[in-house]
Amino acid sequence: MTRLLLQSAVSGLLVGGLYGLVALGLALSFGVMKILNVAHGELLMAGGYATFFAFTFWGLDPFLSLPLVLVGMFAFGVLLYQMPFQYLIRFETERRIKNSLLISFGLVLILQALATRFFTGDLRTITTSYSSEAFVISLLGTSIRIPWVRAGSLALAVVAAFLLDWLLNRSGFGRAVRATAEDWTRAALTGIDVRRVYLIVFGISASLAGIAGSMIATGYNVSPTIGLTWTLKALIVIVLAGLGSMRGILVAGIILGLTEGLAAVWVGPFREVVALVVFLLVLIFRPQGLFGRGAYG
Amino acid sequence: MGRYLVPAAWVAVAAGSVALGLVTESEQVLVIGIQVFMLAAMASSWNVLGGFAGQISLGHAAFFGLGSLITRHLWLAGSPLWTALIAAALATAVVAGVVGLPLLRLRGIYFVIGTLAMGVAVWVTVGNVRPLTTTLPLEQLRAFKYTGPYFIALGILALNVVVASWLRQSKQGLGMMAVRDDEEAAGASGVNALGHKMLAFVVSAALAALVGGTFAISTVGYYPNYPFHVVWTFDAILVVFIGGLGTIVGPLVGSAFYVIGREVLPESLIGFQPVLFGLLFITVVLLLPGGLVEGWQRIFRTRGRPTGDPPLPNTGEPGLTRGKELV
Repeated sequence: MTRLLLQSAVSGLLVGGLYGLVALGLALSFGVMKILNVAHGELLMAGGYATFFAFTFWGLDPFLSLPLVLVGMFAFGVLLYQMPFQYLIRFETERRIKNSLLISFGLVLILQALATRFFTGDLRTITTSYSSEAFVISLLGTSIRIPWVRAGSLALAVVAAFLLDWLLNRSGFGRAVRATAEDWTRAALTGIDVRRVYLIVFGISASLAGIAGSMIATGYNVSPTIGLTWTLKALIVIVLAGLGSMRGILVAGIILGLTEGLAAVWVGPFREVVALVVFLLVLIFRPQGLFGRGAYG
Repeated sequence: MGRYLVPAAWVAVAAGSVALGLVTESEQVLVIGIQVFMLAAMASSWNVLGGFAGQISLGHAAFFGLGSLITRHLWLAGSPLWTALIAAALATAVVAGVVGLPLLRLRGIYFVIGTLAMGVAVWVTVGNVRPLTTTLPLEQLRAFKYTGPYFIALGILALNVVVASWLRQSKQGLGMMAVRDDEEAAGASGVNALGHKMLAFVVSAALAALVGGTFAISTVGYYPNYPFHVVWTFDAILVVFIGGLGTIVGPLVGSAFYVIGREVLPESLIGFQPVLFGLLFITVVLLLPGGLVEGWQRIFRTRGRPTGDPPLPNTGEPGLTRGKELV
């Protein structure tokens, strides 16, 4: 029993890192641009397929193709911003959120259909030479298996979270981003090019989704319809962390992963309900989130 | 003359649908009819909550699925169809009342996320608990015909339209729309915001359960969690927006357009149908917030009874000032 519990907790922790990574990108575009991109999971799916095809056709290792995915998905994000999303920035916050929700919902349909049409509905997984290898650690008298690729994705999530934190809090561009997030009209008055900030932020958001997708295709699997499940997890993580709080996101992701992992042991088929109940309890008793400061960002 | 035009059109469409069901020999026509009616009814039930009360729910399929689960179970156990449908609607209404209590306290974006989480959680759970397909027993399978389900789907759709039309001009409906337009202002002028949202939520859920029941009796075999899939919610939302949010005819026009559009699309484009509708949907959201109904009114400037809400006053923003606030 101890072994089962610990193994589930470790699996939960590892998938929780990915929840955090997916949520980082979504929280960035929502926090800064007030655009709720429910197609974030579809961007992740695109990144997953890019990694999969780079591996299948060119034999490129999924960890080595990360820079390519990063750049490619940044470009894709910029393109998406230029097509529908830039028409939303003339609205005030509430209407921007509502319309972005609807527009990205349309994008979900389009991207899913295109993926099904061109990549078929099959589940795809990247199987590298080291995919089945794991390192074993002893804990409380039992041994726990940790697959290398999943440990690698947790490490990537941590690195990405720290880099993003540095970018937002320590760089000049980050200052512009934070000013825009707080009040875009006044940010524009101080000479910040708000459109450029939005463009770059949406690109970063898409590339974060893309590398998360690479890791999901490597450690788990990718199919045209995986997007929504991941978007939902990311949304729950963002609410857990508190809207507007970037620093708590990775921790909130890991908390969600752990909760689900342990719930799977105790309540088996009802584990999804546990996550929902945790989510509702947090919303009711701590609407500012676990790590949030104020009510709204 | 103009006064009688709209009721006459309703009667004509209803009579045409009934006549089609009686006359046609083609199974395909009946199946398409069932699809149009089900989607229209589902969209209309979503519209009660989303269009009238302004609460965007992404978990509507949970109630559709619950209705199908209960109806299917009771129906296969041998109870009469009407008992099964009514039981499903009542049970779903009760469930909606219970889950509505925490969910409806959430505002705007939180409500959207909460309902999405509910929908996906229920879908996965039903899939875990009941992983095997449900099929009709052999003797029922032999006698199975689409004519009965066709008329039941039509009847459920009619019920949806009647309830929505009644709500739209009733005191309760007015309260819902007040909450949609400005929850604080509605509360300040004495409208019980939570109560009206709850009414919309429960009515919308019970109507969706009836549509789910129709699905359960018109489908030979399926996975029990399939009706819980979020695609049922998405199709309904798509259709409501393409047709016209917050209107009575919008969901009907949208569904007919959607299902028939899928049927007439050339073979080579079948896989691209969601792409086309996705693009259409984005275009409607950006350029024509009132949907096809508003487009029609703009083109023909019908002066009769307005089917949509009166246009909002210009707030000074460029462009899209006529969209209805939802979140």
